[in-house]
Amino acid sequence: MRAREARPRAAPRYVSEPKKPSLLSDTDFTPVLSRSALRYRKMRDRVIELLLLAAGLIAVFTTLAIVAILLIESSAFFKHVSIVEFLTDTMWTPLFADAHYGILPLVAGTLTTTVVALLVAVPIGTLIAIYLSEFAPTKVRETVKPILELLGAVPTVVYGYFALTMVTPALQRLIPDLPGFNMLSAGLVIGLMIVPYVSSLSEDAMRSVPRYMREGSYAMGATRLQTALHVVVPGAFSGLAAAFILGISRAVGETMVVAIAAGMQPNFTFDPREPAATITAYIVQVSLGDLPHGSIGYQSIFAAGLVLMLMTLVFNVIGYSLTRRFREAY
Amino acid sequence: MLDSSTLARAQSAGQSREEQPLANEQSTSAVADDEARAAGPRISISVDETRKSRTLKVKAAVENLNFYYGQHRALKNLSIPIADKQVTALIGPSGCGKSTFLRCFNRMHDLQPGTRYEGSITLYPDNLNLVGPGIDPIEVRMRIGMVFQKPNPFPKSIFENVAYGLRLRGVRNRATLAEEVEKALRGAALWDEVKDRLQDSALALSGGQMQRLCIARALATKPEILLFDEPTSALDPIATAKIEELISTLRDQVTVLIVTHNMQQAARVSDYTAFMYLGEIIEFDEAAKIFTNPSKKATEDYITGRYG
Repeated sequence: MRAREARPRAAPRYVSEPKKPSLLSDTDFTPVLSRSALRYRKMRDRVIELLLLAAGLIAVFTTLAIVAILLIESSAFFKHVSIVEFLTDTMWTPLFADAHYGILPLVAGTLTTTVVALLVAVPIGTLIAIYLSEFAPTKVRETVKPILELLGAVPTVVYGYFALTMVTPALQRLIPDLPGFNMLSAGLVIGLMIVPYVSSLSEDAMRSVPRYMREGSYAMGATRLQTALHVVVPGAFSGLAAAFILGISRAVGETMVVAIAAGMQPNFTFDPREPAATITAYIVQVSLGDLPHGSIGYQSIFAAGLVLMLMTLVFNVIGYSLTRRFREAY
Repeated sequence: MLDSSTLARAQSAGQSREEQPLANEQSTSAVADDEARAAGPRISISVDETRKSRTLKVKAAVENLNFYYGQHRALKNLSIPIADKQVTALIGPSGCGKSTFLRCFNRMHDLQPGTRYEGSITLYPDNLNLVGPGIDPIEVRMRIGMVFQKPNPFPKSIFENVAYGLRLRGVRNRATLAEEVEKALRGAALWDEVKDRLQDSALALSGGQMQRLCIARALATKPEILLFDEPTSALDPIATAKIEELISTLRDQVTVLIVTHNMQQAARVSDYTAFMYLGEIIEFDEAAKIFTNPSKKATEDYITGRYG
């Protein structure tokens, strides 16, 4: 709206009237635009600048609002539960008569599924990226990359049932006494799910290593593999770190797969063969129930959410500092 | 082993300045025939003041080299000898094919699909056709080093940059590596500047130092020919002077082939110069002759700045 008001009625005159030649014509310049046209241009720039700022602020405000709600609701939670108990108790049973409020079992579940997922996603994703960026003919790359990215478009609930009904039975053949719900299966499937993110970002990072760097390696008599491993991967390190961190954030925040395939029992263990609940699985479990607003059980999901956010924040800070530290100035 | 008839021909060529038959296509291919089984062909060079001549071994002979990007013929029937342990410069206006020609020597074109070589670049003394079918480009690159227009050190430490080629060739011994790295850095006149920070990132060096590092990296593997593709075009005049000085000293160890846009540079550093235009070699001769008394009008126009 503002942009429209700012526009002057008459069409701006972009060319001013010719000036009379002056004796000082060398120094006395004729403006190309009239004053009103200049003012209009300035206003238009200012308006667009404000619009862009507003768009940026939406993201900032949303983040701040989320943090605020998490803090407000969890401060109510921490009035009932001491932080020491929250951080040290190894039981999480807020909905039971004998309520325990220790976040450790949920954190353990989250870390275990994340580690399993990364053990799958980082090697596979990186290998795919190396292949696509350094070895694949253009045609193969143009075909494979969109297909891979399509994997990322599959709804996560589908992955959840894939884990529960296909991966778990397959794993039970290898590990006979594996329970029907377990973190191994959930973690493996999350790993597959984030392979496209890791490979796509890693490939972009490797392809942005300049050609003259590769040529330098080839000119030394290096093979494609040697060039990829010794020059391209180190050169793309900051981009690779960013890809891995994004993968971690995705794995930590993943909800549906763990809710469906890992069971929902908080269980303080780092053994991936056990069933367990993650922070996200707990949150979705409680949200789906009919807990009264303002009850301690309701408030506990905000405390869990706060922990989740802090974990993701820590990973992002680590990733950011790694990226900065290893950024190559080419 | 010298073939006496060749030697005599070369000497007579050097003595009679007017004829200047040295190193043109006919004589080198004839020489190549004569001497293929011996130590390779020779060309003569006259020593400036006295006009005495001496004969030189030929390190590589280019014969009827054609190069194609798909259907486009980028190089047309090139034939020149590359004198052993001398500096040969390729000059010519932009787009004349000098970099394309240079990159034939280490088969860099093989990295792009749809390129094709015809003719031969024979490397002596083992009569290896560098662009022949069935020759592995990686083997060629193991023997022929290259320094690029933009300094391109790897994202590794200074030490590892120089050790890179040695490691590729299977050198694992730490003492050997350290010794060879030092030798190469000294050879590239960089040792004194970096000896206390060999483990620092190579990307922290200045542009001129980076370029000397790239030269050290190439020298470490003891290449038979070292290719320079406009090595100073991204450098300031002081760094350029250092690189030029370095190239002059390298003459004793290695055969140098350099592409340059800068004619003063070609005149300063090269012993032989080829002038290229539109994918052809217009004139090839001793640098002194090309820059003082070129025999072709096109060469004269170019070096006097009339086009280019």
